[in-house]
Amino acid sequence: MNKSIRKYFPLFVLPTLIAFVMGFVVPFILGIYLSFCEFTTVTDAKFVGFKNYIKVFQDKSFLHALGFTVAFTIASVITINVFAFAVAVLLTKGFKGTNAFRTIFFMPNLIGGIVLGYIWQIILNGVLARFGVTLQYDAKYGFIGLLILMNWQQIGYMMIIYIAGIQNVPSDVIEAASIDGANSWQTLKDVTIPMVMPSITICTFLTVTNGFKLFDQNMALTAGGPSHQSEMLALNIFATFYGKMGYEGGGQAKAVIFFILVAIIALFQLRATRSKEVQQ
Amino acid sequence: MRKKLLSALLCTAMVSTLLTGCGDDGSTSTSTGTGTGNDSETGSTRDTSSSTPSASGGKVYYLNFKPEQAEDWEALAKAYTDETGVEVKVVTAASNTYEQTLKSEMAKSDAPTMFQVNGPVGLATWNDYCYDLKDSDVYSQVKSDDFVLKDGDAVKGIAYVIETYGIIYNKSLLQKYCEMDGAKIKDVSEINGFAKLKEVADDIQAKKADLGVDGAFTSAGMDSSSDWRFKTHLANLPIYYEYQADGIGSTEAIKGTYLDQYKQMWDLYITDATCDAKLLGSKTGDEASAEFSTGKAVFYQNGTWEYDNISANLADEDLGMLPIYIGAEGEENQGLCTGSENYWCVNSKASEADIQATLDFMNWCITSDTGRDSIANTMGFVTPFKSFDDGYTASNPLIQASNEYIDAGKTAVSWNFSTIPSEEWKNEVGNALLEYAQGTGEWDAVKTAFVDGWAEQYQATH
Repeated sequence: MNKSIRKYFPLFVLPTLIAFVMGFVVPFILGIYLSFCEFTTVTDAKFVGFKNYIKVFQDKSFLHALGFTVAFTIASVITINVFAFAVAVLLTKGFKGTNAFRTIFFMPNLIGGIVLGYIWQIILNGVLARFGVTLQYDAKYGFIGLLILMNWQQIGYMMIIYIAGIQNVPSDVIEAASIDGANSWQTLKDVTIPMVMPSITICTFLTVTNGFKLFDQNMALTAGGPSHQSEMLALNIFATFYGKMGYEGGGQAKAVIFFILVAIIALFQLRATRSKEVQQ
Repeated sequence: MRKKLLSALLCTAMVSTLLTGCGDDGSTSTSTGTGTGNDSETGSTRDTSSSTPSASGGKVYYLNFKPEQAEDWEALAKAYTDETGVEVKVVTAASNTYEQTLKSEMAKSDAPTMFQVNGPVGLATWNDYCYDLKDSDVYSQVKSDDFVLKDGDAVKGIAYVIETYGIIYNKSLLQKYCEMDGAKIKDVSEINGFAKLKEVADDIQAKKADLGVDGAFTSAGMDSSSDWRFKTHLANLPIYYEYQADGIGSTEAIKGTYLDQYKQMWDLYITDATCDAKLLGSKTGDEASAEFSTGKAVFYQNGTWEYDNISANLADEDLGMLPIYIGAEGEENQGLCTGSENYWCVNSKASEADIQATLDFMNWCITSDTGRDSIANTMGFVTPFKSFDDGYTASNPLIQASNEYIDAGKTAVSWNFSTIPSEEWKNEVGNALLEYAQGTGEWDAVKTAFVDGWAEQYQATH
């Protein structure tokens, strides 16, 4: 049996491998190559060396977008995870209607980013109109608006992951803690949280990468306005690639830098939270 | 008990999420759809091909720029396929996404054989892809070389629609104003310069309650569905006058001689308007159009293409168009702004058969009865082709207004915005205009974007 699996595994791996090569490896390598080129369409490129990368670091809007993205990611990771965990704890207490609540809290996640962005643009502009301003008035409105939107969308998803984690905490451990006289806060802090550390790892990973890669919501809600002040990295890359003539390669170079940045941060974050995980 | 409390808490949390949207009742100032919002339209492919290949084997793929006429083009393509059996595919890019759609479509093996550029600057990007149309039948129909894009001797693009813009006004509202006591003018013809226009607009703004309007001008929305009216079309005026003064047709560094006039016009638009300037960031083109067509504003800067949108509620005889007077010297002889930013190009990298099929299709569009009828009457285009002279002239009150100015000997303002170095320039000017309007930025930022931005973008693209 094992022998034949070993013998035939290339055959079974092949379809997935082909899909992976076509869908990921080729575009990825092509993308890196294009970041060293000048081009109008991606099939017709001329090699120019590091010129594009030099342009990127002279571009103030890119650095501003980087700062805005980092600030947004920090804020959204904290708020989303805190709220999602709190809701998850509440919804594992076992009262009536839990399933209905779970479903409803999860639902915003089923709506696409662009649609959500436009819906929230209408809502927030409607609210802001009371104060005689719009989302385009100041980047801080865009920032807060984006934060509300992302919380609304992602809390439900993270909540599901946390619920799964909390339900997996063995009841004998909780019982032992209560016999030892731990109050509910101590149980949560010293028993539940260490036990759900794998879920926290996953959720922080997802929220960090989502925060960095945020694009459709950003584009639909403010489109980077006013004057690129609420523009995040992905949107900045998009705008460079399509909006500025002669900057296609520059946009591609930004995308490569963006990839490296997100990869480093995600790996670093995984290592940091992994180290806190405990064995059951 | 505690569990009940928790349920109640969760219920409130849930319901409040649901109700957030309904809290604000009276506000209509929300953005209903920005340019990029029409994503459902992106690449709305309707393959009108018949399965039988044509004799020559060529096929046509037209990437259309104008979403307003998307369905008309599809119908025309189908008619052509039915008549000749040649496969014609028409894809329309959603508004504001033409360049990016073109960029990605051109990279495919089945690239568009027929596409559009917006003028000399667009041509600079796509020059390598433009087939020389010098010997084509379509070129032989063009009335003058003013309507083609040339690169040396080669004809790279041919304009297929001539458009005009200015300040559209509501004739009956303006008449009503003229009949009021203390009106600044007795007849619209008295408006022949910026000073008079401002005087009238200010007076209308002051008497808006009596007139039953919300403001003299429609909201100068800076949402992407509307901001091109100011960052591109209004900006054409200072560029035009500077070119005139310097006797040039394009430049690598603009001086901004007429920026003060640009400012006073922009000030007029945002002060004598239907809404507070702080709200402009979310105002859309649809809102401005609605304000005008429901009689809530007297003046509306836009062009002949807007006729379909505003004619639903307004009678033809209520529509007139004034030149955009920004206060430059000699503007009493200024007419409306007439030109084109829609040039047909043929993809030189397509196969011989496809190129031939495309040229045949273009020629059919402008010479056959079906094609001419569709372009002139259904789409309502004024074209620069000789073949349209015998009975296929588009007409609506806005086009008539533009003809009247030409007949009266006024000088039409050419579309110099096609020499703007890049889209980025327009965006930066637009951003600065909005920030100035809502009071979060200075006019100096507009100046910087206008003058320094031009040189910078010119360098980047040349």
